[in-house]
Amino acid sequence: MSRSVKGLTLAHFWVGFAAFVVAAILGAWQMWARSPLPAPAYSPDLYYLSVTAHGVSMAYVLPTFFIMGFGYFVAETALKRPLPGAPWAWGAFYVGILGVALAAGSVLLGQASVLYTFYPPLIGTVFFYVGLVLVVAASWVWCVLMILAMAGWKRENPGKNVPLAMFATVANAVMWLWTTVGVAAELVFQVIPAALGWTETIDVGLSRTLFSWTLHAIVYFWLIPAYIAFYTMAPEAAGGRLYSDTMGRLTFVLFLLYSLPVGLHHLFMDPEHATGFKFLQMFLTALVVIPTLLTVFTITASMEVAGRMRGGKGLLGWIRALPWDRPMVLATGLAFLMLFFGGGGGLINMSYGMNAMIHNTSWVTAHFHLIFGGTVVIMYFAIAYYIWPTLTGRDFASRRALTTQLWLWFVGMMVMTLPWHYLGLLGQWRRVAEFDYSNPIIAAWGPWVIVSFVGGAILLVSAVLFIVNLSSPYRQGATKAPDAVAYARPAHPAPYIRALNGFGMWNVVVLVLMVAAYGFPIAQFFIFDAPEAIVHRVNGGG
Amino acid sequence: MTQAHSDGRDALRAELRWAAIVGAAVALIVVAVVFAGVVLGINPPSNIEHIDPKTLHLSAEFTESNLGTRVDANGQVTVRVVTTQFSFIPSCMVVPAGQPVTLRFASPDVIHGILVTGTNVNTMVVPGYVAQVHTEFTETGDLLMPCQEYCGIGHSQMIATVRVVPAADFIPDAQGKVSCEPLR
Repeated sequence: MSRSVKGLTLAHFWVGFAAFVVAAILGAWQMWARSPLPAPAYSPDLYYLSVTAHGVSMAYVLPTFFIMGFGYFVAETALKRPLPGAPWAWGAFYVGILGVALAAGSVLLGQASVLYTFYPPLIGTVFFYVGLVLVVAASWVWCVLMILAMAGWKRENPGKNVPLAMFATVANAVMWLWTTVGVAAELVFQVIPAALGWTETIDVGLSRTLFSWTLHAIVYFWLIPAYIAFYTMAPEAAGGRLYSDTMGRLTFVLFLLYSLPVGLHHLFMDPEHATGFKFLQMFLTALVVIPTLLTVFTITASMEVAGRMRGGKGLLGWIRALPWDRPMVLATGLAFLMLFFGGGGGLINMSYGMNAMIHNTSWVTAHFHLIFGGTVVIMYFAIAYYIWPTLTGRDFASRRALTTQLWLWFVGMMVMTLPWHYLGLLGQWRRVAEFDYSNPIIAAWGPWVIVSFVGGAILLVSAVLFIVNLSSPYRQGATKAPDAVAYARPAHPAPYIRALNGFGMWNVVVLVLMVAAYGFPIAQFFIFDAPEAIVHRVNGGG
Repeated sequence: MTQAHSDGRDALRAELRWAAIVGAAVALIVVAVVFAGVVLGINPPSNIEHIDPKTLHLSAEFTESNLGTRVDANGQVTVRVVTTQFSFIPSCMVVPAGQPVTLRFASPDVIHGILVTGTNVNTMVVPGYVAQVHTEFTETGDLLMPCQEYCGIGHSQMIATVRVVPAADFIPDAQGKVSCEPLR
């Protein structure tokens, strides 16, 4: 592959991973602060500054930069043609860096302790929001480049299946364009005017609804690279074949359709929406189970193919025959285990009635740390390990260090999140800087909070080891690696189905679903004119 | 499950069989949720009732003298609470065990949310709206009612007490009010 795209991918990955390691340090400290053990440098101001920095880094910087870098890589290596508009990609990268610098500066100066989910009428400095808008704008450039790359390939290869990795990448780009409409509208029309002092009141129901538009689909934006690795890398790494290429295409189309019209399930406990639309979006949320379980089947079957090709016998003997010493195979197995627990918890979150039991408790924190921090991020590690030799031209010093790091991440995530689930059921609430352990109800939680803090410490060790591992090919004397990346081939040639090679028709379906699911819930704020709340400036009006 | 060397049609058949199982699982989940909502009446707070946060203290319902627990002429128990940075008014409320109770919350400033530990009582309190929860407390004792949504630097300090007393000890005064103080 070209030097230019190698550099582009590495630049994006390093920005994402730098933000990741900073956020891992902050996360461990936050758990210390919440535990019965006295944490160094603790103050509530610093705690919420830290939570904001942790959330912005993990939710916006790491995935956005990782996904952009990975997309550029896939566009060139899967399509086997030069990336169109590479100068635009570099331009977007620098715009994104400027955005991160503005947002990070605002947070570190204590001018934007509003958490990464904003919560207007709390309002921070305008530079924070403008920085994040720049990051989103950079990602829009990426979306356009991905769409152009696929369109160019299709012009040159009429009637052929778009390579699955690229089809999925463009599905993500298309989904992200839809996803960001909600938060962009909230920031541009409500939050930034308030931050600039142009408005003194905000319609909070509307802002929450617009944010919910983005809030669920953004998680699928983060998740799709993990699924790309499941479908196009894990079967190859295991020495097998992808069981069904068509099922992969269908899965990514279903993600595009059902990740968007479901955000109201984050607002089940909100007073500004009626039961009817909550019910409708709960139903659509349940449909997201379908692509998830289709993937579990297809990837398990692909792994079985590999295990049997390697001599595995019997009902489950193929599992043992898999090459678990390869990071991509190990990460896929661990990701599935975490998806099992995280997905099970998610079913309870989306159950319209049961949600009351766990809403805004540690259960929810546990859920998204397992799904995003667990399943998704462990696959980010695996992808980085899979393509790092191609990017750097050199191999890792030790494969064992890579699998050790993955195991530590899995163990740390389980030790941290299983107690959180339990504490959530007991009613431990979220976003607390410190608990009053002199209260007997809270005192009983103390030991479990300490256990989860130990999990957080293990995660921090794993995060540092990840960076050490990525640095090893840069050391002198590292062995040279081949300049190619292998994508999984399907077990059977996939038929060419036009609808599963483009998004024109699917965009119309998304539009219909979004109008049905969000049309009235948004329009109601303009029809009934809800009273607005007074803006509360967290930076003292500066 | 099929072998690696089987043809694509076998794979398709296996996928379809699995898809049918998945479809049935999703249908079962939805039926369970619909049953809980429609038959058991378990619904999240969704009353959509506007109230102006800027003039909350002037509203008839959420003036200070009307806050706390009140029993109306029909014997219906209603608790009214203002959630504000960074406290609840009142910070302690009395409710009877084993009787239907309606909780009503409003915020004059930012977003808050409440839950009551050990129960399913949970709602967001969004400025501009009255958040309403119907419930019945089953066990007596003091429960925690913290703010569960980030509302600013003092968020962690925002905790109230729900005192669940036996129905026999739940005695309203002449105005129909019950408060924590005389019970202490």
